[in-house]
Amino acid sequence: MAYVAVKGGERAIDAAHAWLAAERRGDPAVPALTTAQIAEQLGRAVDRVMAEGSLYDRELAALAIQQAQGDLIEAAFLLRAYRTTLPRFAYGRPVDTAAMLAIRRVSAIFKDLPGGQVLGPTYDYTHRLLDFALPDAPAAPAEVDAEPQPLAPAFGILGQEGLVEPDEAKSDDAPGDLTRDPLAFPAARDVRLQALARGDEGFLLALGYLTQRGYGNNHPFVGELRVGEASVEIEPPELGFAIDIGDVVLTECQMVNQFTGSRTAPPQFTRGYGLCFGHSERRVMGMALVDRAMRGAELGEPAEAPAQDVEFVLSHCDNVEATGFVEHLKLPHYVDFQSELETVRRMRADAEGTSK
Amino acid sequence: MPVTSANPLDRRRWMAVLARATASELATSAEGRLPVFTRLRGPEIGLVMLRGRAGGTGPAFNLGEATVARCTVRTAEGWVGHAYCLGRDLRQAELAAALDAALQDPARQSELDVAVVQPLALAQAARRDTLARRAAATKVQFFTLATMRS
Amino acid sequence: MSITHPGFPDPVQDSQACFRAVLDAMARPGQVHTVTALDPPPMLDAATAAVLLTLADADTPIWLDQAAMAARDWITFHCGAPIAAATAATLALALEPVRLDAFPAGTDDAPELSATIILQVAALGRGAAFELSGPGLAAPAILEVDGLPAGFVAEWAANHALFPRGVDVILCAGDRIAALPRTVQIRQAWFGKA
Repeated sequence: MAYVAVKGGERAIDAAHAWLAAERRGDPAVPALTTAQIAEQLGRAVDRVMAEGSLYDRELAALAIQQAQGDLIEAAFLLRAYRTTLPRFAYGRPVDTAAMLAIRRVSAIFKDLPGGQVLGPTYDYTHRLLDFALPDAPAAPAEVDAEPQPLAPAFGILGQEGLVEPDEAKSDDAPGDLTRDPLAFPAARDVRLQALARGDEGFLLALGYLTQRGYGNNHPFVGELRVGEASVEIEPPELGFAIDIGDVVLTECQMVNQFTGSRTAPPQFTRGYGLCFGHSERRVMGMALVDRAMRGAELGEPAEAPAQDVEFVLSHCDNVEATGFVEHLKLPHYVDFQSELETVRRMRADAEGTSK
Repeated sequence: MPVTSANPLDRRRWMAVLARATASELATSAEGRLPVFTRLRGPEIGLVMLRGRAGGTGPAFNLGEATVARCTVRTAEGWVGHAYCLGRDLRQAELAAALDAALQDPARQSELDVAVVQPLALAQAARRDTLARRAAATKVQFFTLATMRS
Repeated sequence: MSITHPGFPDPVQDSQACFRAVLDAMARPGQVHTVTALDPPPMLDAATAAVLLTLADADTPIWLDQAAMAARDWITFHCGAPIAAATAATLALALEPVRLDAFPAGTDDAPELSATIILQVAALGRGAAFELSGPGLAAPAILEVDGLPAGFVAEWAANHALFPRGVDVILCAGDRIAALPRTVQIRQAWFGKA
């Protein structure tokens, strides 16, 4: 019996997939999208899929978006599946974000930081009015003969006074890797940052928002937000020296939080950190807020809110995992349900028996 | 087989330029100048795990992977060339590896530098300069209230 | 690093074919399989090189014996496998006789954390004969090997007794391989036809 059902299921699945393909294409009278159009014109969607798919490749992310009909979590899932087919050739040297070619760099705490406030291509000051002329809008950025200046990181000044906590000592020790070793708790900050960098943007946003609203005792400022191109270096053993293999667009956020001090640390500003693929400010800000919240134990803060609970955050921030577990509920559970049905029937029969 | 290779600093410079060029840019500028070569490895696609630093300057963490194409070739004269280029362009990687091999050959180096590396490096620098100028054009010029009144 | 010899001509197809041969060899202990031809560096037989290209990668620390060190550059370049101490190795390449108990045998909880030893021998299909029995073999099978170290049968008995722990061995000679998974029992049968 079961085999008959499986055969019928195969035909139904084929038919469903054929319909899905036709639905994906839409009305044939409307020109088909190209992945180049998606990569060029839906850049922020591509960035999100690269970040959550944990794979930097604009063309593949564009293809995934097209294949998933714009369902970005499904697209991230496609990228995650694809990456498992490839061998890992090398590990990059940690990127030097201070040296990136910044197209945007703002600070909410220093007006006159070295190099100034550079807005870059931002939605921050748009009016959120639908632009009905958009499809025909010309696209020429303002060309001003402005001399570029180096954009030094914002923290030099406060750091010198000891008012902002310094980073932990620079280290190139091989960090923990979620893609090789399963998550284990307590998770160190390297693994936490890796998980957040590919975590669901909505989840990071919601948890970050929670910390601002008092669930996590967090009073944050954006110390610095930076978007730009960073070069990637690897050191292949056959060469014996580091080589530069190209650029990636990254977004980085330094969040500063007031800290009243503890027995071991004087009152100062503490920091949360966010870094991700592509241009995605909401993601890195959420990430930085949650990173800071998860450092509570290390700073002697009571863990009272979800964002401060490392296990809670890391176990639920991955949308590919989450969607797999939620959506699998759609698949046949006939036998499981049958057994529960039997149990409920028996309990009711027992209850009726006793009440008589 | 040659025993010495070029100054690693020069080699790093041209490898970075070749890694940022498209396959068609490489094919066009190197036309008629490519050495005869055999493949030793690849061209093939794989991944590089990119890393950041906690807080920007602290301990390393794994940020996520990027696709990379790589290739290694050996020229008829025995020069071994390598290429690693972000992305999945196998032809770019193969051309870049062939050029890396040829550029180590003192007999070919200056010709290829002038014909291939320098023009590509200039174009790449111009692109970076345009981006930096565009960014500078969005720099906020603050005026204090006192200035605005005067 | 001197790089002289290529890897598989067709990395995807060739490594899959070789993986299938290793899989079949493990499933039918003692059965001799032929693997893809390739142009290996001088100290390695084609089968040894093919098995390395198939099984070794950046995530498999590999131990090399003194003789195999001559192939170090080739292995690093084509496989990307880091060179490791015997006690930290997941793969071991031995061109000379080697002690089985020098390598990780895994734990009872995680027996898969043991090493696989790639042992290059003079010949498969001729030489001393061994009778193999165990899972995968309906009846005892005969494997002829030229070049197994003296005392191998006794060492193997000790390795087999560790089950579920223990190392697995892939024998390579020319373009042929045979496997000795830890589950197999080995008995010296007779001295071969030479």
